[in-house]
Amino acid sequence: MALEGEYLGIQLFLGDEDPEIREFFEWCGRHELRLQRWKSNGLLSYPPGTASPWDGTPEFEWSPVAARGTVMSYSEVHHAILPTFREHLPYLLLRVELDQQRGQPTEHEAIRFLGNLVAPDGTLAPPDLLKQVGIGSRVKVVYVDVGEGFAIPQWTLDEDADPATPWRYDDGQTR
Amino acid sequence: MAELRSDTDTSSPKFLRDKYAIIGVGETAYTRRSGRTTKHMAVEAVRNAMNDAGLGPADIDGMMSYSAMDSTMSPAVGADLGIRLDFYMDVVGGGSSIEALVGLAMGAIEAGMCKTVVLFRSMNGATGMRMGGTGRGAPRFSGGQMFSGVYGLSSPAQMFSHSFMRHMHDFGTTPEQVAHVKVFHSQAASNNPKAYYSHRVTSDDVLSSRVIAYPLHLLDCCVETDNATALVVTSAERARDTRHTPARILSVVGRCNKPRMDDHYQHGPITRVAGYYAKDILWPNAGLGPEDIDVTGSYDAFTFTTLLQLEDYGFCEKGEGGHYVSDGTIALGGRRPNNTAGGHLCEGYTHGINMVVENVRQLRHDADDFCPTGPDGRRQHTYDYSEGACRQIRDVEVTANLGWGMPSLGSALVMRRG
Repeated sequence: MALEGEYLGIQLFLGDEDPEIREFFEWCGRHELRLQRWKSNGLLSYPPGTASPWDGTPEFEWSPVAARGTVMSYSEVHHAILPTFREHLPYLLLRVELDQQRGQPTEHEAIRFLGNLVAPDGTLAPPDLLKQVGIGSRVKVVYVDVGEGFAIPQWTLDEDADPATPWRYDDGQTR
Repeated sequence: MAELRSDTDTSSPKFLRDKYAIIGVGETAYTRRSGRTTKHMAVEAVRNAMNDAGLGPADIDGMMSYSAMDSTMSPAVGADLGIRLDFYMDVVGGGSSIEALVGLAMGAIEAGMCKTVVLFRSMNGATGMRMGGTGRGAPRFSGGQMFSGVYGLSSPAQMFSHSFMRHMHDFGTTPEQVAHVKVFHSQAASNNPKAYYSHRVTSDDVLSSRVIAYPLHLLDCCVETDNATALVVTSAERARDTRHTPARILSVVGRCNKPRMDDHYQHGPITRVAGYYAKDILWPNAGLGPEDIDVTGSYDAFTFTTLLQLEDYGFCEKGEGGHYVSDGTIALGGRRPNNTAGGHLCEGYTHGINMVVENVRQLRHDADDFCPTGPDGRRQHTYDYSEGACRQIRDVEVTANLGWGMPSLGSALVMRRG
């Protein structure tokens, strides 16, 4: 069954022609983070695809993932392209490296999610919260419900982690 | 599986080095409001390139172009110029296309499909289709957009920013160093009558311009313009009879990828760009290395793209790009100037072709700057690089173009004089 939803005024639609993407978001809808585990090599991959990015074989199962990681890069957006995001400026684009499978199968590989920094309730983070986050920040997943059985993963500060002092960009304008 | 023979490895140095050349270049004005169609502009640019080469309609039998589905196709352009084509191909793509198309044009001629090929890019990049979209219209996302657009990631500035930011973290690259790419390109542009932005800027100007997406400020981003640009490729034998000194093609790399082309952030280092892989084709096939290059054309969709490519093609050590782009090396009069017409940051936005055009002119020793014209009709270059003067580099013999599509996608071209 197709998934339909709405997020920040954006219509979301996932049809049956892209089953891997639809199933990923169905798991998110159950507030579970699952990724494809490829039978040929036992590795997980992101984003969902039609075959293992390491060997092209198509057999996989949806495997639970520990939804914690570290911000390995970010951008702070001040100029929105879509009008709906203008109301939320500035917002952070986070590149979150999961702890699980970090440095596998080779040194520089990892599962690296794209997402926004959100408050614990899933709303896009306010300016004072943005300033606390940078490279090295520990984050955990938050599911934002966008439709019936349909959620998108976002990221919030992991309060259980030791507070790290993150690396933040500074050009003199940022403070 | 049978083992491949090394002498049939297409990436081994050989065959076509020196056998093809660019013999004509041309463009329209760079504007932010062309008020005309991409066909109208393409016809003008191709005509200018043909005139520059001294060729008429009967001399052209091949044509290729690239676009983001925002342009006009070769048969329409050829028809208005009285050209009957034996071969044409219009491909989809932006930055990193032109170097690849030069290689494909050589292949088409080598295969006997045609003899002389015009390549063009015509785009209303400011008033027509814009990269990353305009945000107009009701958004509706599906498929891959659920991993990008839904998070407010759609423009190239946003897409590339994670590589740029991580470079600053890993190597201590400073905003001021990066801003110097714009500073030096603006100095070059001030000596280019065609440049859309012809005023010189300081690194303070860059850093105090409004933020687009950290670490990019407005002046870290290229200027989107309306324009068409063209060049003519033919064999070295035919190039002997043309008006100008040919730009001989030594080596070409076309749309070389990093692993995980779909999402290169999965396969780091995320500060590494496709040039890391392209260099292993480019330099052996050219029979030269970065130290032999007099002028570079490293794509500047953003200040940072220039820097990352110069590192990964080996012009400096990885992580040293901040020094390389800010210490004067890439300035007019520097050891190895980059984008001597001002590039996309200043001259105008053409998805890379104007940087090839500029290097062809540098190799002819005939950059169209503000220097006076002598009795032979050629500019008398002064090598005075102050504002409003010369931009011709002394004794240019070899140039390199480093084309960028995104961090994971690049093309490259090495040319020599003669």
